[in-house]
Amino acid sequence: MPLGALREEFDLNSVISFKNVHFTYPDDEAETLKGIDLEIEKGSFVAVLGHNGSGKSTLAKHMNAILTPTEGKVYVKGIDSSDEDRLLDIRRSVGMVFQNPDNQIVANVVEDDVAFAPENLGVPAEEIRSRVDNALKQVGMYEYRLHAPHLLSGGQKQRVAIAGVIAMEPEIIVLDEPTAMLDPQGRREVIESITKLCREQGMTVVLITHHMDECINADRLIVMSNGVVIADGKPGNVFSQVELMQSEGLDVPETTRLMYELNKEGMSLPLEVLDVDSCADAIKKALK
Amino acid sequence: MLKDITLGQFFPGNTPVHKLDPRTKILLVLLYIIMLFQANGWAAYAVVAVFTITSMCVSKIKPKNIFKGMKPMIFIIVLTGILNIFYTQGTPVLPGWIITWEGIDRAAKMILRITLLVTGTFLLTYTTSPMALTDGLEILLNPLKKIKVPVHEMTIMMSMALRFIPTLIEETDKIMSAQKARGADFETGNIIRRAKAMLPILVPLFVSAFRRADELAVAMESRCYHGGEGRTRMKKLVMSGKDWIALTIGVLFLIAVIVLKKFGL
Amino acid sequence: MSEIRVENLCHTYSMDTPFEKTAIENINVVIPHGQFVGLIGHTGSGKSTFIQHLNALLEPSSGKVFVDGKDINESKQSRRDVKWQVSLVFQYPEYQLFEETVYADIAFGPKNMGLSEKEVDERVREAAEFTGVSEDLLQKSPLELSGGQKRRIAIAGVMAMRPGVLILDEPTAGLDPAGCRQIMDNIKRYREISGATVIVVSHNMDDAAEFAQRILVFDHGSIKMDGTPEEVFSNPEELIKIGLSVPRPTAIAMALRERGLNIPGSIYTHEQLKAAVLELKGAGKC
Repeated sequence: MPLGALREEFDLNSVISFKNVHFTYPDDEAETLKGIDLEIEKGSFVAVLGHNGSGKSTLAKHMNAILTPTEGKVYVKGIDSSDEDRLLDIRRSVGMVFQNPDNQIVANVVEDDVAFAPENLGVPAEEIRSRVDNALKQVGMYEYRLHAPHLLSGGQKQRVAIAGVIAMEPEIIVLDEPTAMLDPQGRREVIESITKLCREQGMTVVLITHHMDECINADRLIVMSNGVVIADGKPGNVFSQVELMQSEGLDVPETTRLMYELNKEGMSLPLEVLDVDSCADAIKKALK
Repeated sequence: MLKDITLGQFFPGNTPVHKLDPRTKILLVLLYIIMLFQANGWAAYAVVAVFTITSMCVSKIKPKNIFKGMKPMIFIIVLTGILNIFYTQGTPVLPGWIITWEGIDRAAKMILRITLLVTGTFLLTYTTSPMALTDGLEILLNPLKKIKVPVHEMTIMMSMALRFIPTLIEETDKIMSAQKARGADFETGNIIRRAKAMLPILVPLFVSAFRRADELAVAMESRCYHGGEGRTRMKKLVMSGKDWIALTIGVLFLIAVIVLKKFGL
Repeated sequence: MSEIRVENLCHTYSMDTPFEKTAIENINVVIPHGQFVGLIGHTGSGKSTFIQHLNALLEPSSGKVFVDGKDINESKQSRRDVKWQVSLVFQYPEYQLFEETVYADIAFGPKNMGLSEKEVDERVREAAEFTGVSEDLLQKSPLELSGGQKRRIAIAGVMAMRPGVLILDEPTAGLDPAGCRQIMDNIKRYREISGATVIVVSHNMDDAAEFAQRILVFDHGSIKMDGTPEEVFSNPEELIKIGLSVPRPTAIAMALRERGLNIPGSIYTHEQLKAAVLELKGAGKC
């Protein structure tokens, strides 16, 4: 295919696109990704749900060229991820936050850590300062800028890691199970921060998780299993497919589960309602 | 117990010592070490001690923190003292004793020398963030890049090591508790048995350190790390008047010590 | 039999230093043999400090811990012996695996107990059975396994000591729903077969609601609530005040009550909630 044709194919609103992506880890016989086609829309909040080994983390690592497809292509803002000369362009556009906050913090002082990425990019000192302060304020960690990261709580550490990525001023932020090691409080802090980033700053957010609660506020929910996408749509619609989710060993929100069970008993309740209040309203209405 | 290790710890503060350029502080510590090894008589030691105590007061580092950091070294300090007491020839304290006046004098000086040395270096690490320290070191060592010494790589490795010391100490504590809960015994038995008992701690610690290193490398690359080339710094190091004054004071102290040595004091 | 009795237990970290911090204060509680206890509270509420006192990993600043009427901090020997009777599984226990094979790792605890080779073998196979670890897995290196498998093996290593009291700190942290279920099933199985007391520290209210016979809620270093799940969860306002979440069915039940529906106040499981709504529906029809 000529180069020109590729560009035309590329959807202007899509910031990351997967074209028939296959991936096999070296030393591994089985494919981890088995033909993924996916467009991530600019400014959207996309959640990717799947159990361990479903390939969701491998998918995430393709979004900033930590991994490149063994077959097929990934384009980040139109740049082919396997083009090694453009690696930095891809990485500065797609920030990554990982599971273990301890293993991604590089400095002994919060603000020095946040400065790491802009320093690597050769940003002038004054601008780094303003980016760092700005990033820390966005995640509510500005007061902690002179603290030692190892003395912070898990949720705070993870927010520092997010600030470290924001300071790079990426368009997209990909979070690979950022809440898996956190307590409920820390989990809430992190989810609030990233929701705000998307809704207020217009940043594109891709959240990889196995907590279905965290997907409820997303614009779009992608469910992965065994290296393929098995469901993709609005969270309410995806969760409504209760049998599918349960057969994959995934939970559905209690609201959906309850209404699904009640429907089996002859009620007719809307399954796509996810929050507690709307669920209670729907049940009250149905009982009248 | 492991939590008491203060190696590489940094106590943020706003004192004149904290505000000095890290390069100044590194150079001062160098001057200080030369001073200590030049000092021979008690008068010279007194001069060095004055320098140390003044710096400590100005930096508001509590003596308690210095002692706490020194704990793991007490054994070495005491051992050096004892060896010097017993193995120095001279006038016996009491006729027939192996202990000599010269031995006591030398032991006391040795102990003082090590104590001062450790205190001085602690003052450097306590008042300078590891990031600033490695930055300073990198700039000071920059000329070595010309002869192909990988200065940037060395200093970034050092700063990562400093960054992970507290994390690994915490992890060691956790693994120890977990193995203790499975009945591991680190306290009884002879040396060989005890060394063997360390395996259940060391193996998981190594496995975890490698995993961390791996994840850290990916995280650093994701944040656009690509070596020292084209890197900028948020905190640019600037030598101000105060730095030059501090260095001058350091040099004056060194001269004083050398002069005292000339006079055998 | 392993009855735990805790009297006036206090623990202060870094006593007499500027970092002094009281972690738990004046705890009094009796846990009878065989009880399944859920211990909830947020990070820093003192629950981790508390459980480390139950097998003498930490020494009380004041107060006493008795197991079967014996003060466990009486002597160095008693502090060591209690570890066989009361065993603790820490958070992320997979990080403690160190042997070359899964078998050897599970055998570490029983070997430390001084059991004969035959007994050790018996214990390993029994623990493997509790946790669904297959024969060929036993000969593999722990490093080759998946996260969930490692976790199960680490827990098996503690079960192999056949403790009368098994304490687990956040045993499901970081696992996906299927992994969580598997671990909880393993733990239930151990309890059913051995009859041991099991104490599980959890952030997850839904888990606690499902398995526990009794729930202890920790807050600021002391026990704020103590009762059956029914008792504890029928007071959701109190839990929310402490800053804890309530089981999801309880939250929905609360919302329904707010809307004037006649839903009982003690609901904490999915089945209860479903039954309550269906009952309302039936009543409406009649």
